[in-house]
Amino acid sequence: MNAQDLKLTGYRRENGRVGVRNHVVIIPVDDLSNAAAEGVAHLVRGTMALAHPYGHLQFGDDLELTFRTLAGVGRNPNVAAAIVIGIEPRWTERITSEIARTGKPVAGFSIERSGDLKTIEAAARRAKEYVQWATELRREPFQASELLMSAKCGESDTTVGLAANPTIGRAFDRLAAGGATLIFGETSEVTGGEDIVASHCVTPEVAAEFMRTFNAYQEFIIAQGADLLGSQPTEGNIRGGLTTIEEKALGNIQKMGTSPIRSVLRPAQEPQGPGLHFMDSSSAAAEMVTLCAAAGSVVHFFATGQGNVVGNSIVPVIKLSANPLTVSTMGEHVDVDLTGMLRLEMTLDQAADAALSMLERTINGRLTAAEVLRHEEFVLTKLHRSA
Amino acid sequence: MLHGILMHELADDVGVAIMDLKAGAEVGAMTLDGAPAGQVTLVEDVPLGHKVAMRDLPEGKVVVKYGRPIGRATQAVRRGAHVHTHNLRSLRW
Repeated sequence: MNAQDLKLTGYRRENGRVGVRNHVVIIPVDDLSNAAAEGVAHLVRGTMALAHPYGHLQFGDDLELTFRTLAGVGRNPNVAAAIVIGIEPRWTERITSEIARTGKPVAGFSIERSGDLKTIEAAARRAKEYVQWATELRREPFQASELLMSAKCGESDTTVGLAANPTIGRAFDRLAAGGATLIFGETSEVTGGEDIVASHCVTPEVAAEFMRTFNAYQEFIIAQGADLLGSQPTEGNIRGGLTTIEEKALGNIQKMGTSPIRSVLRPAQEPQGPGLHFMDSSSAAAEMVTLCAAAGSVVHFFATGQGNVVGNSIVPVIKLSANPLTVSTMGEHVDVDLTGMLRLEMTLDQAADAALSMLERTINGRLTAAEVLRHEEFVLTKLHRSA
Repeated sequence: MLHGILMHELADDVGVAIMDLKAGAEVGAMTLDGAPAGQVTLVEDVPLGHKVAMRDLPEGKVVVKYGRPIGRATQAVRRGAHVHTHNLRSLRW
């Protein structure tokens, strides 16, 4: 199955981009606004509050990343319309206006001089209009070349490097050939394979940018007076048989496939142009998927060995696993069973077919395991302490 | 299924147990592309997903998987032994 064989349908947004879900989201600008955002979501069917613990007294690149993430999630084509609620008007307006640039319906509400209850009422009235409008939008066919998606692995073990990540890599190769836009990342988790990633970069300039990004993270660890022994690999990885970061990294990078890496993205930065892109990002599952969502990814491949159960509020997360113990003990979290690969009963091409078939079904509306089980993780990446 | 161990590359020092393997068992190894990679007798239990030494590894040897270094043996490891945190350490941190 190649990219052009995929029969895809989605929601074409005002700016021409295509989403595969049709959410109306309530975005709190800051921690204090979670209660009002959740109040609206309780009142209005078909809405979802994206509660989070930050948005106060952040500064510098940390603040910029929070803004970029909140606005980016609102801008994501899986979102039909958005309500933004903040404690005060200026930062609320900053996020609202950034989302409005997509042309989609968005409205901002601030709590000071109104209180939670009046804010909830006003926002709920607007949210009700948005939901009724959004429910009349219809899917239309779209091409794989219009798809922006992402991939990551988590609770990895040796089976991820043997089977699930190579499957994503093969599927990514086919999608890249069809003109899709693809994101992978996990800066700490390419340690030991960074030269391989650099060798896949399309130009020496992109390779140099990748090595700058990689080295900056290594220097950050050293500046903390720390090393990542005990954190990378994780206890879950070790239980699954992974011993060192190099071994984990060599498995991790299988999922990039063989396409050239077109650019190095900052966290939550939207890729410009098709092909494969590396995003500077945490290896923590919910953080990384949230950053991809903010960059415009509409669907995500997630390889797991020991059984990471992560999902995302607005992006369907498709789980692939080849670990027979995981598939038999927690199969309700697995969308694509690749255990046949370890028995050599399923080839890599057959596995990629299975992954792409599940991708097609998911894009067309089938809920993933994570969606059905209400895994709606929305986790901001914090770069440093607040003021 | 004729194999209990999968290897990324024939020249790798270690293979991966694709089922719980018991001490004393004689287990066949295959590469991912289906090439036979010989037999090894397990000197101890190795659980699903964990690594088996495919040859004797002297203390200090850089251990290869995926055709690449994944760490250094912190003690001598016998062919057929379990390779993990007790006898393999990262070269990075």
